[in-house]
Amino acid sequence: MAKSALLKSSLGKKYWMALTGLFLCLFLVGHLAGNLQLIFGTDLQFNQYAYFMTSNPAVKILSYLTYFSILFHAVDGIMLTIQNKKARPVGYVKNNAAANSTWQSRNMAVLGTLLLVFIATHMVNFWAKMHFSEMPLQQQTVSQPIPMTNEKIDVVVYNTTTGSFIAQQQVEGGEFEVRNNKEFYIKGSDIKFAEGYKDLYKITVDFFKDPSYGLVFTLFYVFSMAVLAFHLLHGFASAFQSLGANNPKYNGLIKGLGKLFAIIVPLLFAIIPIYIHFIK
Amino acid sequence: MNLTLKIWRQKNAKDKGQMVDYKIGGIEPDMSFLEMLDVLNNELVEKGDDPVAFDHDCREGICGMCSLFINGEAHGPDRGITTCQLHMRKFKDGDTIYIEPFRAKAFPVIKDLVVDRSSFDRIQHAGGFISVNTSGNTQDANNIPIKKHDADRAFDAATCIGCGACVASCKNSSAMLFVSAKVSQFALLPQGRVEATERVLNMVEAMDQEGFGNCTNTGACEVECPKGISLENIARMNREYLAASIK
Amino acid sequence: MALDNKIPQGPIASKWTDYKNHINLINPANKRNIDVIIVGTGLAGGSAAATLAELGYNVKAFCYQDSPRRAHSIAAQGGINAAKNYQGDGDSVYRLFYETVKGGDYRAREANVHRLAEVSVNIIDQCVAQGVPLAREYGGLLDNRSFGGTQVSRTFYAKGQTGQQLLLGAYSAMNRQIGRGKIKMYNRHEMLDVVIVDGKARGIIARNLVTGEIERHSAHAVVIATGGYGNVFFLSTNAMGSNVTAAWKAHKRGAYFANPCYTQIHPTCIPVTGDHQSKLTLMSESLRNDGRIWVPKKLEDAQAIREGKLKPTQIAEADRDYYLERRYPSFGNLVPRDVASRAAKERCDAGFGVNATGEAVYLDFASAIDRYGKEQARIHHLDENDAKLVYDLGKKVVENKYGNLFQMYYKIVDEDPYTTPMMIYPAVHYTMGGVWVDYNLMTTIEGCYCLGEANFSDHGANRLGASALMQGLADGYFVLPYTIGDYLSKDIRTGKISTDTPEFEEAENNVRSMIDHLMNNKGEHSVDYFHKKLGKIMWNKVGMARNAQGLTEAMDEIAALREDFYKNVKVSGKAESFNQELEKALRVADFLELGELFAKDALHREESCGGHFREEHQTEEGEAKRDDENFSYVAAWEYKGNPREAVLHKESLVYENIKMVTRSYK
Repeated sequence: MAKSALLKSSLGKKYWMALTGLFLCLFLVGHLAGNLQLIFGTDLQFNQYAYFMTSNPAVKILSYLTYFSILFHAVDGIMLTIQNKKARPVGYVKNNAAANSTWQSRNMAVLGTLLLVFIATHMVNFWAKMHFSEMPLQQQTVSQPIPMTNEKIDVVVYNTTTGSFIAQQQVEGGEFEVRNNKEFYIKGSDIKFAEGYKDLYKITVDFFKDPSYGLVFTLFYVFSMAVLAFHLLHGFASAFQSLGANNPKYNGLIKGLGKLFAIIVPLLFAIIPIYIHFIK
Repeated sequence: MNLTLKIWRQKNAKDKGQMVDYKIGGIEPDMSFLEMLDVLNNELVEKGDDPVAFDHDCREGICGMCSLFINGEAHGPDRGITTCQLHMRKFKDGDTIYIEPFRAKAFPVIKDLVVDRSSFDRIQHAGGFISVNTSGNTQDANNIPIKKHDADRAFDAATCIGCGACVASCKNSSAMLFVSAKVSQFALLPQGRVEATERVLNMVEAMDQEGFGNCTNTGACEVECPKGISLENIARMNREYLAASIK
Repeated sequence: MALDNKIPQGPIASKWTDYKNHINLINPANKRNIDVIIVGTGLAGGSAAATLAELGYNVKAFCYQDSPRRAHSIAAQGGINAAKNYQGDGDSVYRLFYETVKGGDYRAREANVHRLAEVSVNIIDQCVAQGVPLAREYGGLLDNRSFGGTQVSRTFYAKGQTGQQLLLGAYSAMNRQIGRGKIKMYNRHEMLDVVIVDGKARGIIARNLVTGEIERHSAHAVVIATGGYGNVFFLSTNAMGSNVTAAWKAHKRGAYFANPCYTQIHPTCIPVTGDHQSKLTLMSESLRNDGRIWVPKKLEDAQAIREGKLKPTQIAEADRDYYLERRYPSFGNLVPRDVASRAAKERCDAGFGVNATGEAVYLDFASAIDRYGKEQARIHHLDENDAKLVYDLGKKVVENKYGNLFQMYYKIVDEDPYTTPMMIYPAVHYTMGGVWVDYNLMTTIEGCYCLGEANFSDHGANRLGASALMQGLADGYFVLPYTIGDYLSKDIRTGKISTDTPEFEEAENNVRSMIDHLMNNKGEHSVDYFHKKLGKIMWNKVGMARNAQGLTEAMDEIAALREDFYKNVKVSGKAESFNQELEKALRVADFLELGELFAKDALHREESCGGHFREEHQTEEGEAKRDDENFSYVAAWEYKGNPREAVLHKESLVYENIKMVTRSYK
C-alpha cells in the first residue's frame, strides 16, 4: 500500500478518468431519457420530470456525483494533458500519427475542452435558470363548466406538484402569491398552499425557436453533440481498457457497444434541438 | 534509387540541433535502411565530415538497439520490424525521407539520432526480476506445471526488445507498453506471482519518476511495436496495479 | 611457460563435485572488500555478474551497448541443450558429454565438457525459476526439440528467441543486483586495455563511448566475456559491434590465444545479395528439423533458376538432389553444422547454386507442411486428401514453430517461404577458438578470467547447435563463481587497488597514443573500407576450405593491409565525444592483427577437423581427415609483438573416457 498512489500515480489518474467517464456515460443515458420527452411527451410531463430531477433526494446525490465527475474528469484530464505535453519537450518535424491511431484518440483533450465549454453554456442557459432565476410556471388551459349552465369556459391554471390546480386568476386576484419562484402561498401568510412546476419546457422551446438566434443555438448544439460522439468513440472502450477489462473474447463486444453508444446517444440528443427548431 | 534525406543533426546533448538535407544516390532496393545510412556515412567520412550517429547492433531485429523515427513513424513505414529490418524496397526513387531520433523527455538525445534509453533500465532495476538466487539449487524445472496458454502469453510479453518504439510513437511518450510487458510476463507465471504486488507498484513508481507520459489508450504503441506486444498487457498491468493498490 | 590446465584428479563423473568441495571459500564479510570487473554482459558475463554480486562481491560490469540486455547472445535462436532426459529418449549427462566431444571432432577438453554437461540441468531449473518462458506442452511441462548432430531431443527453446529469453533472464538477475547497488553498471563503455600489476590482472582502461573519456578502473580480478571474433570476416551473423578487442588486448598482455582457426560456418543463413551487405542473418538450425535441403540435379536447371527462367517449385521431385539425405542417410538434414556447410559449398562450387550469385541452396518446407497437414487432418477427422485443407493445416503448424523466422526471412528477401523454398548459404557464425583458459577459466594472466564464446574451452573444433547458450550460462552461473572464489581467497587482505600507479599510467598512455594516431591520421579511406578488404581475404582464403598456399598469401595480405590501415585510415569527428568511427577503427585495428594469427594457426594445423577444413587433408569422398597422432592438442599462441611471430604452446588432449573415432554421420 505504501507505494500505491491511487491519486498521484499515472495509473491512478487513468482509473479516475475511466470511472468518472463511465459514470458520465450513465448520466447521459438518464439525461437523454428525460430530454426525449421534449419530443415524445407533453409539456407537463417534461416539466414534471424536470421537477423530479431537482427535488428527489436520491437524484440530488446523483447530480452531485455528476457535477463532481464532470469537474474531476476535466481537471484530471487537463492535468494529464499538461503532464503528457511535458513528456516530449522537443516534438517531431514529421509525425505520421494517422498511421497508428485514430484522430479522436489523439484529440481527446481538445474534444473534452469543447465539451466543457458546451456544458458551461448549457448549464447557464437551462440549469442555472431552473435553479436560480425567475421562471414562468407550468400552466394549462382547462375547460371548466360554468355552474348552472351547459357552457364551458377556458380557464388558465397552474399545475401543482400534488396534481391539483390553481387558477391564474386566483394569483392575479391576490388570493395567492408566488414566492421563491415556484411556491404558492396564501397571500400575506406563511402558509404554503402548493408548489408549481417551473416551465422548463417553454424555456427550452423558446430558446431554440428564438427568432434571431434559434438557428445558431441549434447548430451549436448539433455541433457539440458531434464533438461528444467523437469523445465517446474513443472514451467508452478506452475506459474499459484503463480499468483493466481487456479480454480478446469480449473486446469486440466492448468496442462494438462503445461505437453504438457513441453514435446513438449523441444523435438522439442532437435530434431534439433540430426537432424543436424546425418542426415544432 | 536517388533520395533526399532530411536528418536530425545534433552535436551533443546540449546542442540545439536541426534538420539537415542530404542527397544520396546509388541505393538498391535490396539494401536495408541502415545499409543506406552506411553508404551516406562512408561518403561523409571520405569527405572529412562527421558521419551521422545512429544506434544499431545486431541488425536482425532482436537486440533493440536501433531506433529512428522515419517519415513520422517509429522504425519506419513497415510493420512488425525494427529499422534494421526495413528495406529500401519500401521507398521509391526520388522520395524524401525524414529521419529523426526517438523523442521523449525520458530519452534525451546523445548525438544526432542516438538517444539515451537508460530510463528503461532503471525501471527494470526497480522490479523487473524474480528474486531468486542463481544458485542452481532451485527445484526441478518441471515441478510446477504451467498452462501452455499462460506460458505462451508470458512468452509473447517477454519478446519485448526494449527499443522504445512505444514511447516514441505515443503522443504522450508513455512507457506503459514496455513496463506492462515485463509486469505481464512475470504476473502470468507462478514463479513471478509471489512478488507480483511489490513488482507492479515499484515499476510503476519508477516509470512515473522517469518522466514518461500517461497512457490515453490511443493504441499507437501496439501498432508500431516491432514485436507486436499487445495492449492486453497494459490492461493487465492496470488490473495488477489496482489490485496491488487496494491490498 | 608450460601450460598447466589444472584439471583435478579423479574419475570424470565426480571431478567437479570433488573439486568444488575442496576449494577455498571466502566469508561474506570479506567478499564485501573484493572488487571484480566483468567486461561483456551477454549470457556469460551477465550471469557471472549477477551471481558474483549475489555472493557479495562488488561487481563493475562493462558493455559497449546502451544496455546489458542488448548483448548479442540475444540473437541466438534455436535453443539450449540440457541433459534432463524429460523425453525419456535415453539422454544422460554422459551422452551430452560424449556427443559434445564427438561433435567437436575430439578437439575439446574432456573434463570441461563433462562439467558442462553436468551443470546443464541446473541451468534449466535456474532459468525457469527466474521466469524465463520456455516452450511448454499442453500438459504444462517443458517441451524439447532435437537439434543437429544429436539423436535425442534435449533442446529447450522459446520459439526462435531462446537466446533473447535466456539473456533477459540473466539481465533480470543483474537488474536485481544493480538495484541493490551490488553491480555498478557501465553501459556504453569499451575496454581498451587490461592493467597488470605484479603479474596479476588488476584493472582495465575503458573508453566512455558517450564522452570519449579514458577511464581507469581497478579490481582484484578481471573477467572477460566479450564473445567471439567472427566479425574478422566482416560479414557474419555477429552484431555489428561484436569485436575481439578485449580478448586481443588481454592476449597482447600475456593471455595465450587458442585455436583461432576453429570457426563455425553456419549452414542456414540468408545468402548475400550484394556488396552493400553489412551483415548476415541466421535462420535457426532448428529449421533443419523440418526443412529439406536440396539443389537441382541438372546443371541446366540450376542455370535456368539463376537466370530467373525457372522457379524452384517447377522442378520435379525426381530432378531434385537432396544431397544431405543422399550423402548422410543416417543423420540426413540433421548432420552437424560443419558437415552441412561444406556440403552446401561443394554443391555450389560444382555449379548447382540457386541464386543470382550462385551461392545458395534451397531449404524446403513443402513436405513438412504436407506431413503436418495430413497429421492434423487425421487428428481432427478431416479429409486428408483435400490438398488445400492439408496445406492450410500444415502451414499453421509450421507457422507455430517457426513463424518469427519465416517473417524475418520474408522481410529481408521479399519472398514467402511458405510457398517458395527458402534460400540459404553458410555464413560465419561462431568462433570455437578464443583465449586459452585452464579448468578454472583463468587465462595465462593470473586473475584474468575468460568466459563464454570468448574462451576456447568446450566446443573443440566444432560446436553443436544449442550448446553456446549452455556454455555461456554454465560458465557464468555455475563455474566461475566457484573457481574465482578460490583465487580471490588470497586477496582478502589486499584492500582497494589504486589506479594511481605506473601500470595504470602506462596502459592509459598506450590507449591514448593509439587513439591519437587514428584521429590525426591523414588518410583517405573509411574504416569499413579496410574491414571489408580484410573480410574478403578471410572469406576467400581462410574460410570454409583452406589450403597452404592461400593461407600463406592471406598472412601476407593481412599484414600489408594492416600497414595500409595505419597509413591510410581516416577517422573523422573528435576523440573526446561520441564517435562511432573511432570505435570501429579501434576494433578493426585488432581484427587486423587477429586475422593474421588466425591464418597462421590454420596454416600450422595440417589436418582437417570440425570447422577447420584443409583441402590437402580430405578423404576421396571429400570428408575431413583428422590427424590425431600429430594434432590432438590445443594450439595456444603467445604474443610476441607481431602476430606472425607468435609462439606456439601445445596442450595435449587426453581422452580417458571417450574413444577417439572418425566422426561419421553417414
